[in-house]
Amino acid sequence: MTKNTMIGLLFCTLSPLSLLAWGETYEVGQKNKSFTKDKLTIKVGDTVSFKNEDTFFHNVYSLSDAKFFDLGSFPKGESREVVFDTKGTVEVECAIHPTMKMTIEVQ
Amino acid sequence: MKPFIISCCFLLISFNISAQDMSNLVFEAGHPSLSEWILPDQPPYPEGNKPTPPRVTLGKALFFDPRLSGDGNMSCATCHNPLMGWSDGLPTARGFQSKVLDRATPVITNTAYNNLQMWDGRKKSLEDQAMGPMEATVEMNMNIKSLFEWLNSNEEYKAMFAKAYPGEPIAAASLSKAIASFERTVVSNNSRFDRWIKGDASALSKAEIEGFKVFVDPDKGNCAVCHSGNNFTDDGFHNIGLISFGKENPDLGRYAEVPLKLMKGAFKTPTIRDIEYSAPYFHDGSVATLKELIDFYERGGDVKTNLSPNLKKLTLSKTDKENLELFLLSLSSPKKAFLLPILPK
Ligand SMILES: [Cu+2]
Repeated sequence: MTKNTMIGLLFCTLSPLSLLAWGETYEVGQKNKSFTKDKLTIKVGDTVSFKNEDTFFHNVYSLSDAKFFDLGSFPKGESREVVFDTKGTVEVECAIHPTMKMTIEVQ
Repeated sequence: MKPFIISCCFLLISFNISAQDMSNLVFEAGHPSLSEWILPDQPPYPEGNKPTPPRVTLGKALFFDPRLSGDGNMSCATCHNPLMGWSDGLPTARGFQSKVLDRATPVITNTAYNNLQMWDGRKKSLEDQAMGPMEATVEMNMNIKSLFEWLNSNEEYKAMFAKAYPGEPIAAASLSKAIASFERTVVSNNSRFDRWIKGDASALSKAEIEGFKVFVDPDKGNCAVCHSGNNFTDDGFHNIGLISFGKENPDLGRYAEVPLKLMKGAFKTPTIRDIEYSAPYFHDGSVATLKELIDFYERGGDVKTNLSPNLKKLTLSKTDKENLELFLLSLSSPKKAFLLPILPK
């Protein structure tokens, strides 16, 4: 193994870890058919963990340009994480209960 | 007295926050833990369209006027008929020249409390919805240009519009606002259940109260998981497992608006106030009676493809089911005669 490939391998292994180390994780709950935060400001690379605190299923999705995702549906006590990797405004909703809405500002 | 009032307020707040947890509910007439079911008399309305009497009068005339349709024989009330529980009693609607449409006519009753309109929620408000049936070629099939030419040349309508919306042209916006104002008067909140939650202990029987418990209990009826709050709807979208979803090219419902797998075959939770008056049930009109409806939910739906995760097979005793039906029947406001408007010449 050459020195270059060694460095390359090392870089490949470390870079995802270092990304994780840079980003912060924020928690947003889903309780009484609303998100526990209306608005959240985060930085590129940060993670948001959505936690269902109701006794029934919720969904989390966004069709925004800055982040397009669908976390499916999950029950009480479970969380799903999303890493926000692009700057912009992300409108987050629950498809099951469209009155559940929040905004994530990725800076 | 003051501390008592304050502590009552605290009670109300704390009960509201945790009402989904059944253990906090006290099933006694007028108990503060049940306050989330009290429906205000006045539905919300958007800024600039307070439902004043001239607006409601105008909207009522427009709602019942068949001259708003292409063949001059259909009004809003043809399908949203007060004689048929503000729907039409048909499995799915009949449109222009009696064409059979895909979905059931939604009831007007209490629709003013909803956050979204239509079975798929594609309209944001009553104002936003009002022109839809006139414009739809399969429904009222009206030539919109000639509609407004006619309204602008009709002296009586001109006077009514001027009184309701002074300074505004007779156009889609003012017409929609008037119809919406009338629809905001179609309210059901005077049922025996309403009297009971406001404190009249004689308004519900023991069996009906037991039925209410079955309704909210997640381990029994599990009904309140969707039919929640004072208008008995979460304003949400659910695939409840109707047989029609298992057919070829099924109606995908909410998916047309929100293209997520979860929304395939999902439709909006309707209110169940006055449910007695609006059979048959569901957006496809596939269930004829409340008994059949309860059996359907007991099975946990028929087609399990993409079934809402909030639905499950129920374990109900014969008495649970009887009580649940009695409770549903207690949600009817008393029937009263409806006074038709006098239409302009
Ligand atoms: Cu939800």
